[in-house]
Amino acid sequence: MTSPIAGGVDCDLHPAVPHLTSLLPYMNDYWRDQVTTRGMTDLISQSYPTNSPISSRPDWRPAQGKPGSSLADMQRQALDKFGSAYGICNPLYGVQMVFSEDMADAFCRALNDWLVKEWLDKDDRLRGSIVIPVQSIEKAVAEIERCARDRRFVQVLMLVMGDMPLGKRHYWPIYAAAERLGLPIGIHAGSAYHNPPTSVGWGSYHIEDYVAQAQAFQTQLTSLIVEGVFARHPNLKMVMLESGFTWLPPFLWRLHKFWRGVRMETPWVDRAPLEIVRSNIRFSLQPVDAPPDGDTLNRLFDHMQSDELILFSTDYPHWQFDGDDVLPKGLSQDLVRRIMIDNPHATYARLKMKETTP
Amino acid sequence: MNIQIRERPEAGASAGIKTAIADCDIHPARATKDELYPYLAKRWHAHLETFGVHAYQGMMEGPPYPKAQPNASRRDAYPPEGGQQGSSLSFMQKQHLDPNNVALGVLNPLNTGQGLRNQDLAGAICSAINDWQIEKWTSKDTRLKGSVVVPNEDGVAAAAEIRKRAGDTNFVQVLLLSRNVEPLGQRRYWPIYEAAQEAGLPIGVHAFGFGGNPITASGWPSFYIEEMVGHSQCQQTALASLVLEGVFERFPKLKMVMVEAGFGWAPSLAWRLDKVFARLHAEVPHLKRKPSEYIRDHIWWTTQPMEDPESRDHLFQTIEWIGWDRLLFATDYPHWDFDEPSRVLPAGVSDANKQAFYLDNAKQLYGIA
Repeated sequence: MTSPIAGGVDCDLHPAVPHLTSLLPYMNDYWRDQVTTRGMTDLISQSYPTNSPISSRPDWRPAQGKPGSSLADMQRQALDKFGSAYGICNPLYGVQMVFSEDMADAFCRALNDWLVKEWLDKDDRLRGSIVIPVQSIEKAVAEIERCARDRRFVQVLMLVMGDMPLGKRHYWPIYAAAERLGLPIGIHAGSAYHNPPTSVGWGSYHIEDYVAQAQAFQTQLTSLIVEGVFARHPNLKMVMLESGFTWLPPFLWRLHKFWRGVRMETPWVDRAPLEIVRSNIRFSLQPVDAPPDGDTLNRLFDHMQSDELILFSTDYPHWQFDGDDVLPKGLSQDLVRRIMIDNPHATYARLKMKETTP
Repeated sequence: MNIQIRERPEAGASAGIKTAIADCDIHPARATKDELYPYLAKRWHAHLETFGVHAYQGMMEGPPYPKAQPNASRRDAYPPEGGQQGSSLSFMQKQHLDPNNVALGVLNPLNTGQGLRNQDLAGAICSAINDWQIEKWTSKDTRLKGSVVVPNEDGVAAAAEIRKRAGDTNFVQVLLLSRNVEPLGQRRYWPIYEAAQEAGLPIGVHAFGFGGNPITASGWPSFYIEEMVGHSQCQQTALASLVLEGVFERFPKLKMVMVEAGFGWAPSLAWRLDKVFARLHAEVPHLKRKPSEYIRDHIWWTTQPMEDPESRDHLFQTIEWIGWDRLLFATDYPHWDFDEPSRVLPAGVSDANKQAFYLDNAKQLYGIA
């Protein structure tokens, strides 16, 4: 096994909202009343059924409640265990599936305030991602601006499967706000389920949906690159979270080939896709979709032609590895240091800020 | 990028390649709109003139994403006698089959009845296309072999068309497209797999098609390049569906060819499937083996558009992960992203691997002596 080093940044932790009612204290009277009067149920996404094996490692599953709902467990099982100096919380709660932009806005505000009070205020190592109501660009930008005043928010969080491809100009005000405020956009696995979870329709099984996350990340990267997001926002970083990364080299071979062939269609793409990825795109470490031998993995890193792309992540409490094997076999100590410390710090500028609140 | 169109003295023939090759993706076209009418009942002539084909997309004519050149085809591939690229056998022979030393050419007709909403019309057009392949192409040049096209959304009718062509040596495979109404592993398509296995015909799954689903899991993108790149993601999820639904468990002799969707992604997809399968086996107990094993045993890949990394080592390592015995050379003639046979492989491939890649794998899979 490869040993982690102390002082790393865990870029993908999932604190769980115990229940929709846990957010009631963070809602106004109107929404508290809506939730109770209408008998709304918990917002659990199909992507991570609570009892599914991938939703929690067996030894990380609490006696009761949702995996990831206890700070003490997260401290013991992830932060202390792997010696992390920082942990970035990416709440996965079904607010993106909601169809009303007003409801989504109320739930996102409550979720972000809940994260501050229940998690960030209770452990100095924790940082947060701003969950946004993508159903309304105006409201999403307002929520980014509201939360960004607290510098413990280090990123904006979106899901990889939504209503429209993420490169579409429609979303650019979100990217402008994020770039201006020094926030990377984190794009996490998961779907709003407003479109079928694969590009060939609805499959039968959860396992299909989960495998399909990797293909969704591929199409989003195409969209982000060819629409010209990074020509307009050269300082914007985007982080693909729980995306897998071993698909990246062959994906770029194909995109590069077609870009050379039909670039007259998107003339603003004035750099090769690989260069854009190197300067603007990062990937979380887990899951590592590769065989367990170090040789193959090192070849894959060689195919990626960069040691700056990968950011350490446990994906806690999801089941991506057993025991202490948070780092795959065969990584050099130099690469471990880059993945765990250098690359995350180069990506998340706000980690350097000493004062966390203005 | 400006595309210069120059007059060419002769039919843009390539420098040529000495060894014989199999081209596993050639697209024959109709020269005129009514070229199919002799093979269609009178009823359908009037229907087509009145209503058109009624596909799972909005345009009456042309694709929803305009191609980068007419018919997505080479500008030097218009036959001298007129008609669109790929519509003349004699010109195909002169421009491609002869100079490139094609010993086996597999025809994959597009714009057939596949992906039409009216299933009776779909079936009639597919059957007509199959007759037309024999009469216009395979009976006139024995190097060419046809693909049985089928009304894919009507599994029972599709199976009947396959049984009708079973044993006919004009055909070497059944043709499906990757994008359908549902993922290809779904039960509605199983009669097709049953009939193909029974007939001993591999199934070619060509990229493209329309089944009404957006080409991303986040809706419709803006550009043609996104559709072109996106076909490889469609193919990945279609293959995942075939594996996870248990198609290869149920039809253990079925062989499938992934056509024009790339192959570089195959190792990563297989590793991901295996990794998730280890956790979620309980959801798919009908699978008796690891997903990667079904892929290794049942899937072949055509090469065009060839993976083109900067480093040839990366290409060779990727092919080793898949197997040199699983790749089938293809040019995609007459389409614009044609792969030139003499240039497609970098130096450093053994003669045995070259022979397998260019010819022997295809002959073996398609049962050509």
